[in-house]
Amino acid sequence: MSIRERLSGNEAAAIAMKQINPDVVAAFPITPSTEIPQYFSSFVSNGEVNTEFVAVESEHSAMAATIGAEAAGGRAMTATSANGLSLMWEMIYIASSLRLPIVMSLVNRAVSGPLNIHNDHSDAMGVRDSGWIMLFSENNQEAYDNLIMAHRIAENKKVKLPLMVCQDGFITSHSIENIELLEDDIVKKFVGEYNPDEYLLNKNNPIAIGPLDLQSYLFEHKAMQAEAMKNAKQVILDVAKDFEKITGRKYSFFEEYKLEDAEVAIVCMNSTAGTTKFVVDNLREKGIKAGLLKLRVFRPFPAEEIAKALGHLKAVAILDKADSLNAVGGALFQDVTSAMFVNKKEVPMVDYVYGIGGRDTKADDIESVYNDLAEIVKTGNIDNPYRYLGLRR
Amino acid sequence: MKNLIEIRWHGRGGQGAKTASLLLADAAFNTGKYIQGFPEYGPERMGAPITAYNRISNKPIRIHSNIYEPDYVVVVDDTLLESVDVTAGLKKEGAIVINTVKDNDTIKKLLKGYEGEIYKINARKISEETLGRYFPNTPMLAAIVKVSKIMTDEELLNDMKGSFKHKFAKKPEVIEGNMKALEMALGSVEKI
Repeated sequence: MSIRERLSGNEAAAIAMKQINPDVVAAFPITPSTEIPQYFSSFVSNGEVNTEFVAVESEHSAMAATIGAEAAGGRAMTATSANGLSLMWEMIYIASSLRLPIVMSLVNRAVSGPLNIHNDHSDAMGVRDSGWIMLFSENNQEAYDNLIMAHRIAENKKVKLPLMVCQDGFITSHSIENIELLEDDIVKKFVGEYNPDEYLLNKNNPIAIGPLDLQSYLFEHKAMQAEAMKNAKQVILDVAKDFEKITGRKYSFFEEYKLEDAEVAIVCMNSTAGTTKFVVDNLREKGIKAGLLKLRVFRPFPAEEIAKALGHLKAVAILDKADSLNAVGGALFQDVTSAMFVNKKEVPMVDYVYGIGGRDTKADDIESVYNDLAEIVKTGNIDNPYRYLGLRR
Repeated sequence: MKNLIEIRWHGRGGQGAKTASLLLADAAFNTGKYIQGFPEYGPERMGAPITAYNRISNKPIRIHSNIYEPDYVVVVDDTLLESVDVTAGLKKEGAIVINTVKDNDTIKKLLKGYEGEIYKINARKISEETLGRYFPNTPMLAAIVKVSKIMTDEELLNDMKGSFKHKFAKKPEVIEGNMKALEMALGSVEKI
């Protein structure tokens, strides 16, 4: 029996962590993810979890402590946002290269500067090539579900990579909405015990973790990381299948919303996908064949599958909630367009950088993108594929 | 109730407009609705104007933007009428509820010709009489329920009794006062 509740995105993440009951949580507070360790530390104080909570003095130490805990053989989690993730930067790469399946809640916020506490995806996009699996969540429900699935993916023997679950700061992290929770014992059974093959506290099999790795082997080790990321694709699908059995909720690399018979579509991630669904429904009532591809799994990037899902469209807009400041376009745009090219799909595509620093994205804004796409279909002209949405001129 | 009701709250930091929006979400949730309750965070500080929002629906809510064309507006502090365009986008089939002791002509003038229904309530008096202090959010919660008819008076009172018991587990002495504030407010909303 699922439990009907109403929770903010941060509460949902904290409850998921409580039900997972990891060995170690190490975190340092930063807006808008502060509530996650705040709620979690109260679960620790109340004896609702057995977790060792480490109140570290910085995010660098938060990541270092989770690395230590995982290397020792424990299951470790953390949460952060924006500049907190920036301060973890050095350790983020170490976590993935040591193949430690740490799970992080990343509540997306603009990276300074100037200082801004509101939502965009610049924090996540900054670590997109660091070897972490990255899942994005439309709402509190998906933030919860993704966390429940996270350890099964990250800890799989063919994967062994850290994983972050993203959700939009404030927009979903601080919005109270309906949610269906699983019962504690069902989560416990689903997540299972963590039994690593090799770990530091195993006195029968002493190992070294993280020694010097020079010309003779680093290349091979990086190739193994890359292979693990490829392996993660099938594991993500397998875990989603098992999750569907206990919840009835379907997950894949992405959600195709009215995409099959669509002529024009938007590709986006996190909460904007909800607003886009609302707009798609309105446009469908007017007979406009609009669709949406909501990307859930950004790393590993499901290039072939995306190309297949978008190949039949007449025009596509990619929404990037972070600007790459590279004179070309956002990260999602570059990944999707290259996926299309490599898979020999020729569809007119444009990029919209939007929502920077918490600029609200209205239904009207999304509708204007579909109008632009209709114009592209009509005229065949894309003067400038690198555009802005909601920018004041 | 129609399929989707959108509400915008205007208050000042520290008055509990955000809490009131979350309590309203809570109460509507308990009557079986789909809900959203979220504040618009700015530079949070005591006394600064703040905005909070509610969506209440019979169907799952997917949209994740602020509310620009609300059905209802709640003004927790009437000094905002002079500095904030509180009726911006407010539907004329909708209504505005204001915590004020200003006379009707002054209110109408401040609302610059808003064509929808206008309600007022003296939340300060109710709060001070029932709680001994000025906490306008509880009376305003009752006022918006009365005006929007999201639920019946009984549903609100029954539900809030449970919520207050939970919320004030460590201060049970304030539960009775808050319940009285709700009851009094339900009977004190005045249409102008």
